[in-house]
Amino acid sequence: MSFRLLPAVAVLAVFAAALAALFRWSLLEFVPGSLQPGGLTLANFRAVLAPQYVGAIRDTVVLSALTTVLTLVCAYPVAYALARTPSRRVRSLILVLTLAPFFTGAIVRTYAWVLVLGNTVVTWPVPMLFTERGVLVGLVHFSMPTMILILAAALSHIDPVYERAAASLGASPAHVFRRVTLPLSMPGIVSGGLIVFAWTLSAFPTPELLGGGKVKMIANVVKDLGLDSFNWPGAAAFALLALALTLALLTLVGRLSSDRAA
Amino acid sequence: MLRLAVVLLLAFMTLPTVVVVAVSFNPTAILSFPPAGLSLRWYVNALTYPQFQRAALNSLVVTLASALLAVPFGTAAALALVRHPLRARGLWTSLLLSPLVIPGVAAGLGLLILAAKLGLLQSRWVLVVAHVALVLPFVVRSVAVSVANLDPALERAAASLGAPPWRVVVRVTLPLLRPALFAALLFAVIVSLNEFVVSLFISTRVTEILPVAMFTYVVNYTDPTMAALSTLFIAATVVAVFVADRFLDLSRVFQIGEEGR
Repeated sequence: MSFRLLPAVAVLAVFAAALAALFRWSLLEFVPGSLQPGGLTLANFRAVLAPQYVGAIRDTVVLSALTTVLTLVCAYPVAYALARTPSRRVRSLILVLTLAPFFTGAIVRTYAWVLVLGNTVVTWPVPMLFTERGVLVGLVHFSMPTMILILAAALSHIDPVYERAAASLGASPAHVFRRVTLPLSMPGIVSGGLIVFAWTLSAFPTPELLGGGKVKMIANVVKDLGLDSFNWPGAAAFALLALALTLALLTLVGRLSSDRAA
Repeated sequence: MLRLAVVLLLAFMTLPTVVVVAVSFNPTAILSFPPAGLSLRWYVNALTYPQFQRAALNSLVVTLASALLAVPFGTAAALALVRHPLRARGLWTSLLLSPLVIPGVAAGLGLLILAAKLGLLQSRWVLVVAHVALVLPFVVRSVAVSVANLDPALERAAASLGAPPWRVVVRVTLPLLRPALFAALLFAVIVSLNEFVVSLFISTRVTEILPVAMFTYVVNYTDPTMAALSTLFIAATVVAVFVADRFLDLSRVFQIGEEGR
């Protein structure tokens, strides 16, 4: 190991220690009214599957799946324009519009949706704020920049010569897209989809503010248990569930992309 | 067709921002769009609210400290990753990028437990360490791209003329990396300034940074004060992204367009 890695690794070691503490506490007994945990137990993991929480896990998975599909559909055209525009100025403009929300903090972005969904701009025919619909809109908006960047990178790697070849052989633009562009961009679609799915599984600010306590995802349960009920062992078990799901999916992404490289 | 779809989707991406900016100039406490007039009272409110002032000071300290630590740490790591014949380079790279993929609630709760055990909950340093780790992936990423594009002949030339290794780094490598270092600093500041989930878990009312204070405000009040503060945040971020794009062609960092091929 190079000594140049040392400072960065030291900081990461604190992160690792934090995750170790999380793991240890998930196996300790929660003593109500006390921050001191009891002995070793598996009760926290059994509680994860208790009836009042199974709904949150189901909602998390359903919302994440819907978010992934909708984000893919919405991000693809923007990514295509970003990758293929011949004008450097247009590319810069799209990139800045894409990245600005990416770098505008979660709170500002989510608050903005509180305003939009809360009948400030238009009066919605159906309730949006504090419903799963509203949370879904916020989640898609939240995932768009990431997905656009991943898809645009994948589309940039496709040589337009293939598309031109198909077109010169008489394929219609729709046909070229379906038979050439779309299949060639599949690696980006798969890794973008998995990454967005994994990130959405542990989404916190969006369901917290747009769900208003009526829509709970896994991360909201972690916050409720950990910060409101001071049940750190119970919260730790849920946090580990989010961590495990995320890491499993991202390992899958890595596996898939290294298969392609081989 | 495609053009229309792209314009509409970009409008969807930008719509919330537009609404926040418009609402922030609203003269009344009842939110309305378009605003009934123009007023700066919510800006005055946002800038004079004591908890926001305290949180802004905390944000300043935490962001400055973590950016000033993360940039040198990340730069050193990026140099090691690209230049040294490291064993298991892929492993080190994914390790350095890992804070990006760990769910915020997991990292936050873990750090909370750790800090509580060490009696450090009242300290802003817990926030600084967390922010350094969260910012590192961005620094490593943007510096590593530029290091890979450096011509090693320049450094070899300096070395062959008798410059010791540290001198080569200080006089040749770092000056050549200046645009990347500047962009990394910008990224670090932007990410740290906006970090919320992990910070929520490890800050108290005394040490909390702006996004956490803003969260508490939104949960408790509905007046446009938050819109005013958000507008200031958005303005700062847009300027920063524009400047970053100027200094370090962002399409290259994200491997988009012809350069990606």
